[in-house]
Amino acid sequence: MFGWEFPPHISGGLGTACFGLTKGLANHGVEVLFVMPSAEGDEDQSSVRIINASEVVVQETVKNVNDFLEKVQFLRVGSNLVPYLDPVQFSNMVTEQKEGQIEDYKHYFGEKYKFSGKYGANLMEEVARYAMVAGEIALKYDFDVIHAHDWLTYLAGVAAKKLTGKPLVVHIHATEFDRSGSNINTEVYELEKLGMKEADMVIAVSNLTRNIVISKYGLHPDKVVTVHNAVDFQGVESMDVSRGIDDKIVTFLGRITFQKGPEYFIEAANKVLKRYPDVRFVMAGSGDLLNRSIRRVAKLGISTRFHFTGFLKGTDVQRMFAYSDVYVMPSVSEPFGISPLEAMRANVPTIISKQSGVAEVLNHAIKVDFWDIDAMADAIYALLSYPAISQMAVRNGFDEVNSLKWDNAAARVADIYATLIKKAKF
Amino acid sequence: MMKKTICFYFQVHQPDRLRVYRFFDIGKDSHYYDDFANKTILRRVAERCYMPANQLMLDLIRQHKGAFKIAYSISGSALDQFVRYSPEVIDSFKELAKTGCVEFLAETYSHSLSSLISPEEFKEQVIQHSNTIELLFGKKPKVFRNTELIYSDKIGAMVADMGFSAMLTEGAKHILGWKSPNYVYTNAINPRLKLLLKNFNLSDDIAFRFSDRSWAKWPLTSDKYVTWLSNSLEKDEVVNLFMDYETFGEHQSASSGIFQFLKYLPEAILSNSNFEFCTPSEVSVKHQPVAPLHVPFAISWADEERDTSAWLGNELQNEAFNKIYSAEKKVKASNNASLLADFRKLQESDHFYYMCTKFFSDGAVHNYFNPYDTPYEAFINYMNVVSDFLIRVDKTVPEKEVETGTIIAEKTKPKNKSKK
Repeated sequence: MFGWEFPPHISGGLGTACFGLTKGLANHGVEVLFVMPSAEGDEDQSSVRIINASEVVVQETVKNVNDFLEKVQFLRVGSNLVPYLDPVQFSNMVTEQKEGQIEDYKHYFGEKYKFSGKYGANLMEEVARYAMVAGEIALKYDFDVIHAHDWLTYLAGVAAKKLTGKPLVVHIHATEFDRSGSNINTEVYELEKLGMKEADMVIAVSNLTRNIVISKYGLHPDKVVTVHNAVDFQGVESMDVSRGIDDKIVTFLGRITFQKGPEYFIEAANKVLKRYPDVRFVMAGSGDLLNRSIRRVAKLGISTRFHFTGFLKGTDVQRMFAYSDVYVMPSVSEPFGISPLEAMRANVPTIISKQSGVAEVLNHAIKVDFWDIDAMADAIYALLSYPAISQMAVRNGFDEVNSLKWDNAAARVADIYATLIKKAKF
Repeated sequence: MMKKTICFYFQVHQPDRLRVYRFFDIGKDSHYYDDFANKTILRRVAERCYMPANQLMLDLIRQHKGAFKIAYSISGSALDQFVRYSPEVIDSFKELAKTGCVEFLAETYSHSLSSLISPEEFKEQVIQHSNTIELLFGKKPKVFRNTELIYSDKIGAMVADMGFSAMLTEGAKHILGWKSPNYVYTNAINPRLKLLLKNFNLSDDIAFRFSDRSWAKWPLTSDKYVTWLSNSLEKDEVVNLFMDYETFGEHQSASSGIFQFLKYLPEAILSNSNFEFCTPSEVSVKHQPVAPLHVPFAISWADEERDTSAWLGNELQNEAFNKIYSAEKKVKASNNASLLADFRKLQESDHFYYMCTKFFSDGAVHNYFNPYDTPYEAFINYMNVVSDFLIRVDKTVPEKEVETGTIIAEKTKPKNKSKK
């Protein structure tokens, strides 16, 4: 299994999901080798064996460099699309590139490549190197199925498949369209498309994501299955806090970026404040839309009732939930969305956008379209004003999130493995 | 030997669906109804069901020269909407009334659940409905059917006190046990009230399963159905076939052949010389009751449970229900016609049905009737409307004017509050 991060060193939901899934798989008797670009050594290895790609020396296991490159030509992340070339020039260019690739390869031959494992400026380079190391690992270890999580690892997955012929599963936690709306990074898009094309089976974390994969990446519906994420609350304690104020608190918690829909939360807050004065709104998180959000709040003149906390870490997140009377996730596009589950687990009634994968598995969250600020405001108002609805949402919501188990998701993934292994044998 | 009886009753009801009513409308806009949806739906159902079905019933009654008889119960909510949006439906029901082969039953005017909470409101609505039916169709109803066939010993006693001779309810298994629904029973408190029980197997064969191709017995023909009736009536006396009138042409589309089925059914039934059609009041006179039926807790014709949990089964529904009925005394003290009209419309059972959480498991029927995606949405919208309604009530009727013990006793309290 190729991943990019693993708890405790995570920047988002990807690492947590990988952890939950591998734990579930272990319970179903699946042995997982988890390859990640940069492991610190303190990862939870109770149910997986972690392979740190930074520790792997690219060796002569690959007998023939040319042969290797024949199979994994795409390793050099670049573009062949140069305009106005005649056939001779083109063939020269291709040869040049191939030589360049051999050079690249030799350069790192016999060395370790130190991955940052972060999401920095030379991410693309790391992605390519990761794939190279993946090839090495694939030849060294014994396994039945390759499973790659999100675009960063697709190249690695494809490299491993080309070299070993083992079936490849790619797991879509988010697509470029979720991250960037319609202004997508075409390089990332191409990588995603390549991974999905080469994969024997594609797993999407929700039907929402599955539909995007089918419509925007042109995949055959039969090849894409939905396995909803789950959530693991082991070790999460809900806490009691004392408040300094009597006002009710409505919370947004997440990156303040296009994808998360912060502006809709602000507009809905403004509508609620006009009719319900004893309430405060909190936007917790940071992101490229933070400053614009602060300006909008100031312009609406609701700054005394609308607060920004910045990025929250660790127990502060639990504390924020404990403070909240209503939790809102107005995401424009959310492949799954774990945070509403955390809120519900902390007994906070929750409003989620219909454009989230998690809406497919929840009955006891209130669902609105992200753009429908009237409906969002109305739902917030109702949860503040009508005790029966928040009581019911809290009580049933708690039971509901506790029933979402990684074991069930892992069972479906294990089934997919079994089918692929069977097919591969014929 | 006495002939065996087939008794048809059809329920006609359309709710006053609420418009999307946001909290910022509270106190500003007191029009609550989605006139467009109500009009469109009513006209659609009139075109697909009420008009063609009424025409077919009229033809059948004429064809069989008085041998084919049926009964209707039409809610006040539906009647009001017919008058507004589709008056030709009223005319065609009047036409049916003239044949003398059609009985009209009494129910609560607003298709409400008032029998479960307020005897006064219940009685007022029943009287309002009976008067309207008499005015339109010329006869005062003698037989009562409660909203969704809801029944309990107490409700039955109340209905008997109002002078009705019989009442319709569900032949619920958990009440009947080994007993058959195909006999007449009596109320456990007042034996003068006869009970007609719905044969839910045979009724639902038509109402729910008729067009279901996965049903082992599909397709259902008139002849096949008569064989089943004969089996049921081998020893028993009466089969009560109670169903929504919208079964014909709306729930079961015309293309399913439902109208053809209906067209040949009376003929097929009457070809057995041992069978005859009776209206509910005729049944109650013709057949001797076999036993009193004990129903300590309310039953209905809905869902597997056959209880009231489809309307009052979770805290959202209970809260909404209690809130609207909390206004009853003030609304009546106000003598304000528009408040009373809204009070009645907001009592329609459908509003509570939309808030049912059972549909997460108990499927398709709930979804079919529900304009909301989730029960939470239904509750939010309803409570916004009720909030506005309660503000209007409070404005019209200041606290002290309502003559009820509790509020007069608290007379001094509001003053203390204002000092705060």
